[in-house]
Formats: sequence, C-alpha cells, structure tokens
Amino acid sequence: MRGSAPVPAAVALEGIAKKFGAYVALRDITLSVSAGEFICFLGPSGCGKTTLLRIIAGLERQNAGTVRMGGRDVSGLPPALRNYGIVFQSYALFPNLTVSRNVAYGLESRRMSAAAIARRVDELLALVGLARHKDKYPAQLSGGEQQRVALARALAPSPALLLLDEPLSALDARVRQSLRHEIRGLQRRLGVTTVMVTHDQEEALAMADRIVVMNAGLVEQVGAPAEVYRRPWTPFVARFVGQMNFLSAVAAGRSGWARVGAVELRHQPGFEAAPGDALTLAIRPEEITVGPAALHGDNRLTARITAVQFLGAFTRLSLAPVEDEGADGRTALECDVAATAFAELGVGEGADLPIALAPEALRAFPASGPAA
Amino acid sequence: MSVRAPAAAEIPDGVVRHRLSGEDGIRWALVAAFAAVLLLFLLYPLGQVLWRSLLDNGGRFIGAANYIRYFSTPAIAASITNSLFVSAASMVLTVALAFGYAYALTRTQMPAKGLLRVIAMLPLFAPSLVQAFALIYVFGNNGILTRATGLNVGIYGAKGIILAETFYCFPHALLILMAALAATDARLYDAARTLGAGPLKTFLTVTLPGVKYGVVSACFVVFTLAITDFGAPKAIGGKFSVMATEIYNQVSGQQNFTMGATVSVVLLVPAVLAFVVDRLVQRRQYALVTSSSKPLVPERRPLADWSLLAYCALIAGFILAIYLVILVSSLVHRWPYNFGLTLKHYDFDTAGGYRSLWNSIRVAALTAVAGTALAFVGGYVVEKCRTAASGPLYLLSVLPVSVPGMVLGLAYIFTFNAPGSPLNALYGTLAILIISNVVHYFTVGFLTATTALKQMDAEFENVGASLGVPFYRTFWRVTVPIALPSIVAISMYFFLNAMVTLSAVVFIIAPGTELAAVAVLLMDDAGDTAQAAAMSVLIIATGLAVRSVYWLAMRGVTRRTQAWTQGGAAVGEPS
Repeated sequence: MRGSAPVPAAVALEGIAKKFGAYVALRDITLSVSAGEFICFLGPSGCGKTTLLRIIAGLERQNAGTVRMGGRDVSGLPPALRNYGIVFQSYALFPNLTVSRNVAYGLESRRMSAAAIARRVDELLALVGLARHKDKYPAQLSGGEQQRVALARALAPSPALLLLDEPLSALDARVRQSLRHEIRGLQRRLGVTTVMVTHDQEEALAMADRIVVMNAGLVEQVGAPAEVYRRPWTPFVARFVGQMNFLSAVAAGRSGWARVGAVELRHQPGFEAAPGDALTLAIRPEEITVGPAALHGDNRLTARITAVQFLGAFTRLSLAPVEDEGADGRTALECDVAATAFAELGVGEGADLPIALAPEALRAFPASGPAA
Repeated sequence: MSVRAPAAAEIPDGVVRHRLSGEDGIRWALVAAFAAVLLLFLLYPLGQVLWRSLLDNGGRFIGAANYIRYFSTPAIAASITNSLFVSAASMVLTVALAFGYAYALTRTQMPAKGLLRVIAMLPLFAPSLVQAFALIYVFGNNGILTRATGLNVGIYGAKGIILAETFYCFPHALLILMAALAATDARLYDAARTLGAGPLKTFLTVTLPGVKYGVVSACFVVFTLAITDFGAPKAIGGKFSVMATEIYNQVSGQQNFTMGATVSVVLLVPAVLAFVVDRLVQRRQYALVTSSSKPLVPERRPLADWSLLAYCALIAGFILAIYLVILVSSLVHRWPYNFGLTLKHYDFDTAGGYRSLWNSIRVAALTAVAGTALAFVGGYVVEKCRTAASGPLYLLSVLPVSVPGMVLGLAYIFTFNAPGSPLNALYGTLAILIISNVVHYFTVGFLTATTALKQMDAEFENVGASLGVPFYRTFWRVTVPIALPSIVAISMYFFLNAMVTLSAVVFIIAPGTELAAVAVLLMDDAGDTAQAAAMSVLIIATGLAVRSVYWLAMRGVTRRTQAWTQGGAAVGEPS
C-alpha cells in the first residue's frame, strides 16, 4: 500500500464521536486514508458508517474529534469549502437538467469559459461511456447509467476526494457487478482518493484497498480485504465478512487446545486462555476438509450429513459431528465442497463422512464476543 | 479490540461548529424575514384581538367582563349554539353527499366523469353569498317556486344556511374524499375476493377503513369552512344569528369593537379545536399506498354505474341550477316579475361601476404572486434550512387555516388602524388587502409547498454544496423548476380565493379599495339584488377564465419544462 509515503494522509480522522440525543452513533473513531487509496466503510445498517462519511463531507457535524484533509484541519469548514465529490445511493441527479448540464453543474459556478466547461463535460462523459446520452434527461437513462452520470458530476471539478454513499445499493445484481468493476477501474486510472460506504461485504472485498469494518459505532478491524477475510480480529468481523461456523468450546489443559463436547481440537496459536474458560472457535465452510483427504489431517471427526444444498459451483453440506450426538446440536457445521468434489465423494443425506478442521484455520475468540 | 469506547455522557452535547459563510448569512436572513412576516401580520394582530377582548370600549382593562356579558346575553349567546348546529348539520350533509359523488368518480366506470368533476368544482369560483342568493331566488319570499306553488318553505334561517354551506363546501369535501378513495391498492380487493367476500362486505372491510382518515379530514374541513363562513349566513340567515355575522353586527353595526373581539376569540376555539383534533387523527394514518401497490381499475357494474350516474347528475343539476339562476337573474329586467332580457344590471350605476372588479383582479393577481413566493420560500426555510426556528415557524404557518376570516379582518383593524402606529401607513391601501389574503389562505399554500419539497431528494442541496454551488443557485436552478406544477397550483389557489373572499376583507376595505365580493354584499344589502347577481357572474367568469388560461398555459409549460418527467420512473427516490 501507499501508506508509508511521507505526504500527509488524504483524510485523517481523530477521535470522532457523534451522538443523536442519547443515541451514540460513533465512538472515538481514529482512522487515516492515504492518498490514492480506495477505502470501504463496511458494516450492518446502524453501525455509523454513513454518519462517518457525512462527517467527512461536512453534511453532519461531529460532537468531538477532528477531520483533516491533506493535513488541513477542515473540522470547521462547511461542505462547500472541503473539496470533495459525492455520489449518493439515490443518485440525486437533477431531473430537470440534461446529462451534460448535470455534469457541468459544479463547473458553472467556477471561473471557467463555456468552451472549457463543454470540453470537461465531454471528457468525463467519455470516461464513463455516456457521451451519446449527453442531451438526455436522467429519467431517460437506466439506473446504472444514472449512477455513472452522478459519478461524472462528482468528478468534474477534479476533487481531491471522492465519497461514495452506498452507490450501488439501488441497482440490480448484474448492473451492480459491472459497475463495481467500472468504478474501481476509474478510481485507479484517476488515482483519486476514495471512501465508499457499503453494507455489502462482497462489494467491499472486491473493490477496496482497505476495509474498515464497523459495528455499533466502533471500528472492529481495519485491513486489506484478504487480511480481514483470513484473520478477522473479532467474531463480529468473522461473521459479517464471509460465512463462518462457530463452535462453543472450553479451553483445555494444554495451551492451544479446546474441548468441544467430547473432543479436543487444536486451534490457531496465539490465543491464550486459562483452562476451563469458555471460548468460541470459528472456521469457514470452505476450510473444512471432507472425505478421504480428511483422514490425514489433524482435528479429525466423523460427521453425518443432515442436509445438502446445491448452489451451482459448490454444494453446501450441513454436518452434525457424530462425536457430539445427543448434544443440543450447537456444533452443527456448514461446509462448502466444490460441485465436482462432492460428486466424487458419492455420498448423500444421512451418510457419515470423515471431516477435518485444520488447526491453522480454526480461529479462537473469547466467548463473550458480541456476535459469538 | 482494545478500543476504549466512551460512554454517551463523555461525548460533548454540542457539535463542532462550522465557520459561518456568506451563504449562512443569507439563510439566516431568510429565516428572520419569514419569521418577521408571520409575527407582524399573524401573531401580533391575533394578540391584539385577544387583548382587546379584555378591554372595554374606552380602553380600560376589565378582565373577563366581556365574556361574561357575551355568555349571559341570550340574544348574543344564541349565536354560539346556532353556529355549532348549522356547521354540524352542513358537515354531515356535505360529507355524505360528497362521498357518494367521490365514490362514483373514482370507483366506477360510469360515463361523463370529467364533466361531472368540473361541474362539482364550480362553487370554488363563487363567493359563498352566491349559493344563498340562488336559494332566495327560488325558495325566498319572492322566489319562483314560492310564487308558483304558494308554498313558503321558510328558507331564511338555519335551513337556508345549511343548504348554502353544503353547496359551498361540496367541492372541498369532494377533493379530499376523491384523493382518499383514489389512494388504494387493488391487491386488497383481489385478496377480499379470493377470500369470498361479497360487495357489501368488501365495502365495509376494505373500502371504508381505507378512507376513514379522508372522511375525518373532510368532516373537519367542512365544519371549519361552515363555522367561519360569513357570506351565506349574512345573505340568507335573516334573524338567525351565527358567530361570524355576530362579529359583523357588533363591529359594523354597533361599533362595539371589544364585543366583536370577544366573539372572535370564542369563534377561534372550535376552529382551532377542529384543526388540532384533525392533526392528531391524521398522525395515526399509515401509508396505504406503497411503491409496490397496484392501482385499482374499477370494473364495469352496469347497475351501480348507472344508478350512481343518476345520483351524480342530480347533484350536478342542482349545482348548475344555482349558477343558472344567478346568470338569468342578472340578465332579466326584474326577477321574477319581468323576464325580458337586459344588460342594464351590468352597468353597476349605483355601486361605483367596474372599479371594484378591477381592484379584485389586481388584488387576486398580486395575492397569487406574493402568496406563492411567501409560501414556497417559507416552506423551503422550514423544510431545508433546518434551524431551531423550524418548529415554531411551522406551527405559525399552519395556524391561519383555523383563523376565521372575520377574526383576521378585525385583528387587522386593531393593528393597522391604531392611532399613532407606524403600521397605519398600510391602512386603506390595496397592500393590506393583499397581505390579509396571503395570511388568510397561507396554510394550504405552505403545506402544498412543503409536500412538494419533501418529495424532492434530500441530497440535492448536499450535492450542490459538495460541488461548491451556493444553495440559492440550486434553489433557483433545480428546486423551483422541479416544483413548478406545485407552484402554479399554489398561485391558482391564492388567486381564486382572493377573488371570492369576503370575511377577511370586509372590515379593511376603504374608499378606493372596494372589492367585487364586498360590492356584492353591499349591493344586496341595498336591495340591488340583480346587480349583486351580475357582479357575482363577473367574479365567477373571471375565475373560470383565469383557470382556463392557467390550464392551457400549464399544458404548454409542462410539455417544455417538465420534459424530463417523461419516460421514466420518479428520479431521485431511493428504492
């Protein structure tokens, strides 16, 4: 990443807190975004991610903390003086202005000649591939096209920062996928620092340089997508980003081992708990090894297949470890197997299957985690 | 994570202030100007009425003595029960009649819907006196029916007032009920049918519950219109005194301003009460129509369609008859004795000619301009410049709907005809008439504006700000063009009401600023009923002509400036 450059951070948040009446929306958020970086605020609705974006934009005023842009303290500046472009979920295109007038909107109040404005508008419309729609009204465009106009309008005055507030949420799945790609490409080409808010973890994983996972007004984890996915810091992150199986366990006598029902499992090193402490183990569905391959691994178990869901490229198995039979089913596991691999197994519902929970994939958290 | 989470109490209550910019100055100036207008022309005058009701005619404070006298003088006190009785009766009759009419227009496939709708709107174009005149021409002591049958139904009094108010209030109730009946979801009716409900059960369990808030709203609107109306009881009430005419008698007849103020304050009570209760009831309303609703397409039901057509034709016939009677009586030598045609009643030889009509048109046009500007800017200030003043300004803006015109007029006498006050400069000018109309009809214009503004994407201003465009530029280039249909509707509303209003202006006209509707009243008082009818015809004709021009112009304007609305779903609405 570019974070090590000596230039000041494009956006630096320090101790941002916000409350609405008695409701605390954000608690002491400190964060920095490097120049040219694409960062995603990810979290469920109500986690404070949009409020944080609006505080950066100056559309919401924080109760405490400072916002800096490129080293300049902008905490006290109204939105118009902060130099950013913003795209909203609703597009917020001006319906009475044509596409080119929309894009020109932010240029017309600057000292620019009409010819220079027209050139800039053409340039941006070409960039988002809408040159031939310049004289249409927003209502005559599809949702994806409208959102691209909104993007062009936000970028027209060459802002130092681009803010995207759930820009893809109002679009249907297929358009969302292609526009995701397009926005990311555009951002790379222009090198504009970008902050995007989303509740869609797949979107965040696919687009961001770094993800800021938020929950209940707090930052749970900041990291590159692969890092957040592989090494979630909290059970909340583990659950929110990707799929995750959770197992209630008790720390065993040996360090690095935990007991689930009757079996002892070895988990990732680096987590210490006193013997007898409750903890939560977590493993992703695709990390569970099944069939003959499982016979050689550590943490071997036998599991009964209780349900099979065909999901196209892979098959999701619901498993109940046989060792745990008679318990209340808390240790039910879901496991994703490639469709072809599942066919090779030649088993179906009700069959028993050897499985292994690789210790390097089996994460351990304190049992009191918010989502455990 | 090792983040220390501060408790709510550790976070300061105040927000980090933004540096004030020139734009903020303009925003605050707008808020202050709007507040100043409402305080000076609404709250302060109303305060004057309240204060004067506590004084005697010599200006000495006498506490509640006026109220005690009012309630203990049977002749005056009767106006309270009389007012409540005729208003309640008009309310029941109007809403019942209008419900059937609205149902027929929205839920059947009967023919001639457009025409029936237009006819039902006619009373909006006439002063409330006109309905009463027509009833007198037909049922009065010298009415044609009375003379033809020798039967005098005694139309002067409660009967006449109730009938006149019913016609006068009919379009108001109809508009509300039609809106309520139109807002429904066809899927509810499909569900009722698949569950085996018959037409009656469907009506009782789906239709009625769906429109109950509309019915309640229509009831309150009609009640308020009837209890605050002055024209109809003045023309046809005879010795039957209601509160609005009582204020007029006390002020104009007996120069007893403090008793006028006392009756005014008492008249405010039911009007404000009706308004508050309506607000509370409407708050419980839930959205029946969602974005996924399916519009209801009424089925053809020959029996229902034709019987409802007969019903509507009967009512429309009565309404048409009223205006026909007025038209004919203005064009004949002497109704009902000599039906020879003449235009002599249009000379207005005893009433100062056409000056009052021109004055009315000028006042109405300027009321439309000033009222629309104030309502729209006021709506913008309350809706978009969120300040601590928004709440109080909203309350002040919805207050006028429950202030009877007579009360506002009296308040303006106290405020603008007070010796030694600089505000006296306004007295006797057309400006004060315009101001009183703007304030009198402000609420509907204001609510229409705020509704239009609420429907706009809340982020428009934010996008403008992020692009460095000042808010007033976005207001002018985006907000106003998008809201143009609402703006035109608001101006039409102000114009038509200013043309026909009587109650708010009757106290504050002066020599040189006579208005047509007041001229109608005075000519009728002087016994020149034919001239009064002629002037009424001209008022109605002006309203209809302006309405038609508006309609034609709007078609053109809509085609050009609202081109963007074609071929797409509503823009800027998060889905």
